[in-house]
Amino acid sequence: MVTAETKMPAALRLESTFKKVGLLGGVYNNHVALEKACQMALSRGCETLFCLGDLGGFGPHPNKVFPILHKYRVQCIQGNYEESLIKRLADCGCGYTHPKDNYYAALSYDYTNSRLSDENRALLATFPQQLQFKLGSLVVHLCHGSPRRVNEFLWETTTADAFVSREVEKLEADILCCTHSGLHWKREVSPGKWIVNVGVLGRPANDGHTNVWYTELAPGGAQPSIEFVPVEYDWKKLVAEMQDEKLPAEFMETISSGWWTTCLEILPGKERMRGRF
Amino acid sequence: MNPAVDEKSPGLNQYPIAPLYYLETLWFQVAGTLCNLLCSHCLVSANPTNRTHLMMTLEEVKRYLAESARLGVREYYFTGGEPFMNREILPILEETLKYGPANVLTNGTFIDDRLAARLKVLYDASRYSLELRISLDGTTEETNDPIRGVGSFKRILRGIQCLAKVGINPVITVTEAAPELGGLGKTGREQFYELIRSLGLRQPRMKVLSLFHIGEEESRSCGYKKNETLLGMHLTEDDLLKLQCTSSRMVTHEGAYVCPILVNDPGARMGDDIQSTLVPFRLDRGACYTCYEFGVTCRT
Repeated sequence: MVTAETKMPAALRLESTFKKVGLLGGVYNNHVALEKACQMALSRGCETLFCLGDLGGFGPHPNKVFPILHKYRVQCIQGNYEESLIKRLADCGCGYTHPKDNYYAALSYDYTNSRLSDENRALLATFPQQLQFKLGSLVVHLCHGSPRRVNEFLWETTTADAFVSREVEKLEADILCCTHSGLHWKREVSPGKWIVNVGVLGRPANDGHTNVWYTELAPGGAQPSIEFVPVEYDWKKLVAEMQDEKLPAEFMETISSGWWTTCLEILPGKERMRGRF
Repeated sequence: MNPAVDEKSPGLNQYPIAPLYYLETLWFQVAGTLCNLLCSHCLVSANPTNRTHLMMTLEEVKRYLAESARLGVREYYFTGGEPFMNREILPILEETLKYGPANVLTNGTFIDDRLAARLKVLYDASRYSLELRISLDGTTEETNDPIRGVGSFKRILRGIQCLAKVGINPVITVTEAAPELGGLGKTGREQFYELIRSLGLRQPRMKVLSLFHIGEEESRSCGYKKNETLLGMHLTEDDLLKLQCTSSRMVTHEGAYVCPILVNDPGARMGDDIQSTLVPFRLDRGACYTCYEFGVTCRT
């Protein structure tokens, strides 16, 4: 068998050991929330910040996130967006399977792809695909979708514990962190082994609230400390920019209402029913 | 068997080979080839008397679940035939939901208030998703029943409504045989969405499936043409990753197969357990052409 191991991109292993880190999920051009999350995480004691990919899409002005990432020394890995933008592919490679989802995904990607500067595009290619570091005595592995596929959606209700356990065993990690799906969740899949979907900064969590989420990770005591942190930010400023850029009204509605209006078909049944649309 | 390299028939080696990159999805032909309906496009020719594949037992399913967990399977699908003809289907689903998410592909005609309520208990009790996928091939009796059988439209709609009443939102699966989808494009899809909404589902979900020219559909559409083949084609890794046979396998009462499409093809049987299916497969079937050309996945 050609195994998952042979498919898995090599992870960059950092030498440093951290005591507390901030994990930022898909930014989707939401530079307003990104700046706020970085400020919050550092003020709350995070030593360093990581972004798990998908800087672009959905929001306005794709070049605005880069100075913020630089200012707060955020270490990034590639998401499917970065992979597509680097290769100048025709689509974002999000992995949607429904025409409705793909319609809005294409609008979103084309906007970012046509406005991203060459300099920033080149920067994306310097990001590793996956990354591993030590948090106290724990090994944390960062990927975008899943360790085996950059655009795999790891939802809370459709991700078997046995699958995650096998992945963390292969990675020799204790905590597997991902983003991509847009909804944050965590679970201990076997004794001492965890999966954390860190959520996203790019849009709210389909819960009727305008805040977005990032995750703080620390070694903790008997269990690791995994805290989902809500980020209240100036979403009206973001919507005004989206209006100026003539982005779809459906995207602005999501930012201002907290309910997803697009790319809904990929949601599993239970997650879908928690939303309005 | 379908060896990846065939030394006796070198011509076969001109077909692309699909490696199994990882085992993400395990399918169960839980109802064998037994079904209460006799649909004109059924790719496994399921009907009330077809015993090519027999019903799976709870014990069989348990054995495969245990093996699948060791292999890191992420999700499970149940099909047939009609899964709810299997008398053990509820304990089978209950057991499966201890391991991971379960998806049931059903014609919906057995779902009444009582069964819907029992499914809802399983749905609520598990941390994992329980998805019901109900097949429908028209938005009226006039368009659906010629394909799925007389009286099926009303019974399918009743099944959907019963699930809606208990708070389960099924995915409605429509094949391209549905007359509404022929030539009407988005308008045809919208007709289905309107129908689903009218049944009490405010978030209608629908999946459209391409037709495989095998089983009953072979006689309806005259099978695959000579040029509908992957012979001589080079598939990139990205192409291969989109094929479900690079990340899933099917088990039935009769053994383990490469995919849910080819269960009636003896050459697609790969062994007695999942372990024996962890090898590449040569894409030399007409159905392989459909999967590649139309990007078909039977997953939701």
